Amino acid sequence: MQQPQVLQTPPTSEIKPEPIREGMELVVNGKRFRHTGDEALPLLWYLRDVLRLTGAKYGCDEGECGFCTVLVDGKAAQACRLTVGKLANRHVTTVEGLSNPDGSLHPLQQAWIDEDAVLCGYCQPGQLMAAADLLTRKPDPSDADIDRIGTLCRCGSYPRVRKAIKRAAKAMRDAG
Amino acid sequence: MTDTLWLSRRRFLKVMAGTAGALVVGIGSVRAEEPPMPLGLLGDAWSQVGPYLRIDADGRIFIGARDPDNGEGTATSLPRLIAEELDADWTRVVVVPLGLGVEDGNGEPRWLYGRQRSGQGDSIPTAWTDMRQAGALARSMLLQAAAQRLGVAAGQLRVENGSVIAPDGRRVTYGQLAEAASKLPVPDTAPRVKTPDRFHLIGQPVGDVDAHAVVTGKLIYAIDAADGDTMVAVLSRCPYPGGTLDTVDTGDTLKVKGVLQVIQLQPEAGQGLGMTALAPAVAVLAEDTWSALEGRKKLKLSWKPGATPIPTLSDLEKQAQVSFDGPDAQVTVVRDDGDAVGLLKKKGARRIDATYVQPWIAHAVAEPLSCLVRVDPDTSAVVTTASQAPRDAYTIVQRMTGLRASQIRIDVPRGGGAFGRRLLHDHLAEAMIIAMAEKPEPLRNRAIKVMWTRDEDLAHDAWRAPTIHRMSATIDQRKGITGWVQNMASPNRDLPAPARPWMSELVQDAMPAGLVSNFRSNWYALDTPVPRGEWRGTPHMSHAFASESFIDEIANALKANPLDVRLRLLGEPRQLPYRGPGGPTVDTGRLVNVLRQVADRIGWQRWLHSETGLGLACYYVNGGYVAHAIEVANKGNGQIDVIRAVCAVDVGQPVNPLGLEAQVMGGTFDALSTAMNLSITFRDGQVQQKNFRDYPIANAAQMPNDVEVIIVPSDAAPAGASVLAMPTAAPALANAVFRATAVRVRRLPLLREVARLS
Repeated sequence: MQQPQVLQTPPTSEIKPEPIREGMELVVNGKRFRHTGDEALPLLWYLRDVLRLTGAKYGCDEGECGFCTVLVDGKAAQACRLTVGKLANRHVTTVEGLSNPDGSLHPLQQAWIDEDAVLCGYCQPGQLMAAADLLTRKPDPSDADIDRIGTLCRCGSYPRVRKAIKRAAKAMRDAG
Repeated sequence: MTDTLWLSRRRFLKVMAGTAGALVVGIGSVRAEEPPMPLGLLGDAWSQVGPYLRIDADGRIFIGARDPDNGEGTATSLPRLIAEELDADWTRVVVVPLGLGVEDGNGEPRWLYGRQRSGQGDSIPTAWTDMRQAGALARSMLLQAAAQRLGVAAGQLRVENGSVIAPDGRRVTYGQLAEAASKLPVPDTAPRVKTPDRFHLIGQPVGDVDAHAVVTGKLIYAIDAADGDTMVAVLSRCPYPGGTLDTVDTGDTLKVKGVLQVIQLQPEAGQGLGMTALAPAVAVLAEDTWSALEGRKKLKLSWKPGATPIPTLSDLEKQAQVSFDGPDAQVTVVRDDGDAVGLLKKKGARRIDATYVQPWIAHAVAEPLSCLVRVDPDTSAVVTTASQAPRDAYTIVQRMTGLRASQIRIDVPRGGGAFGRRLLHDHLAEAMIIAMAEKPEPLRNRAIKVMWTRDEDLAHDAWRAPTIHRMSATIDQRKGITGWVQNMASPNRDLPAPARPWMSELVQDAMPAGLVSNFRSNWYALDTPVPRGEWRGTPHMSHAFASESFIDEIANALKANPLDVRLRLLGEPRQLPYRGPGGPTVDTGRLVNVLRQVADRIGWQRWLHSETGLGLACYYVNGGYVAHAIEVANKGNGQIDVIRAVCAVDVGQPVNPLGLEAQVMGGTFDALSTAMNLSITFRDGQVQQKNFRDYPIANAAQMPNDVEVIIVPSDAAPAGASVLAMPTAAPALANAVFRATAVRVRRLPLLREVARLS
């Protein structure tokens, strides 16, 4: 049987440095990605068309509806209003990255299911990400805090979203 | 046996095809116009019809959801009907959305899963009989198999959560019985469905089956779908209804990186509304959405208005006035009891008059329209789009390609809202026109996704039509309503008028028809080339706003309690004839009940003295009874704060109370938001609204924190719920606003009107 060849390490003089890579890097849901295309590309379309992460939804393109809300370095942002070029080395979290690494649900996701806060469901990824941002700032949010989120729901799931946010907040406080 | 059932379906189902020992039950072709005959049709269930129900040897139960679910919750409630009769363990049930079921029947489409239409809240009423029977049939055959296996008569066996149990305690699961059951002959007669006292799932709250996929972002809506190397098309459509493309310069667009081609579209001649494109358009086809959007920005287009000018709402009001007053107007008499008009003309009669004006309303679905198509004109067409009427989608694809049923696949994922917009398939026709257009070789046969943007969504719709109601009533000495005349004007469907009225708008027997002995209802056509469509609860929304506001105005003129006036009008519980959906009768007692429920809950005895304003309304729609009580505070400067919203509904047997509550809650908000803030307006022949900033769907802060939903217990056959809460919220709001501000709103949107009149 033929022995596998042992790779000989080339002498250091022959190692060529890697060329400087084009583009910029950003981190989405914990994974690093390199973008070499147009830096004016809105984050929303980078997520949806390039990475095929479709959790962030298109709704208005003007930052009015909140369906495309994601977290950038932990803070809520409208993906339609951000260009990829401004996100070098920043950390973006979409609803696909809201669950824990082991696949278990974030307390907000569980609360959404427990309160059945899903009608058509289309705005809910945006509602969830805005709520995730809120709970990092306000572990015990008031009704007024929740009102300030402002993400639209065409189906009128607002009371259940409100209950789900409070339920998740309590679960997170109880868990310490 | 299962191969043909599953091969054309979604991927994970293909895996199931190899599993041995599955029991599959289907319901064959039920034409919408025929009464369902499940048992006869189930005769061939074992060989080839679609999979409503499949029990695998490992105990998993797959149930197909046949009707499109755009947030109405039918993907949850319909499969529950089968699971109920089956005595299935719901935790073992996997719900599978069914795409359009169609096969070739000698050149005509043969629909495999029935009507598959979502609208007017009739998914549940339609499924109530046939889906429960499918479950009952499967259960009875599983019992037969168990009887043979256990050596016990079927009558002595009982079923518990997917297991059959013998009197001596021996137990065998459905999964273990599935294969044997699938080989038994189908019984001659339909097994009896359960009486309500034996329900264990129907009437119990359950969460949406898609909730997990929604909250993890894994649910693929049509707008999220892609098919390999998908090209994206974004369109610029003619802004003038009835207008045409004048000049076009695509030079700069074609220089945008990623733009592949620019294609001009025309609506096909002779096609009805929603069966072809709504407007001439220029499509920018690109590698991705952003390139297409950037390319569209660079288009240099000029459009010409159509020959007919677009009237504004005030133009239409003038038209209506002329029709109402003119002797020669073309009137359609909708209902005429006694001599209501004569009473009005009587000397010395006490009469009350009011005119209500309601604007155009857009659908503004949350998920903008999109359609993904992959077409090879010689062999296949695969379509993914949200739809309320996938059969129409099929009809368009078939017409444009000439393909056979077996070559066309229509996938209908969960939709991000519909409200009547997805009864139309103009976006699908656009995608098909683009797909069929001449293209350079490398672009041929690539999948194409048409994406609508929000500005185009508001500007190109078949809107809820505006209505003008002139109401008159006569009152006798004892404060009784003796006569009621309503003149309604709304745009004609076929233009120019008066070819054919939009019949669905003429709710012949809507209250107070049948309650006032002299009753006259007239309809007049308005002329406008603006397309009009169905919108959640049309025509009941417009009608209830006029009639339920007017009853309050009558009560106020009489210095009477609006609740008492309504109760007196409704009278003793009785059945009244009712033509149209929800007929043939309406039970006034059930209406009185929901009205009393909301009055009690809101504390109606405060109505005259509360600093806040209280308002009521009740209505009958599509077989369901609904009443709202709304409480508002006057914040001054035309600002209104809705403090409480109470809604009582009687839909008969609630299938899923949690889903029903969601529909009632959501419908209440939709109706309030629409009444308070929304209108589509035309200026210089174009829609003025561009986005949510000028078409402001209410956010959480503008709505009450909760809707108190009261579900009346009942075991009557269920009515649908998606439209139920729509008609009464707006008039209850206007009635409450009157109490809080003394401003009577007869023109919507309400907040603008309150500010104007304050």
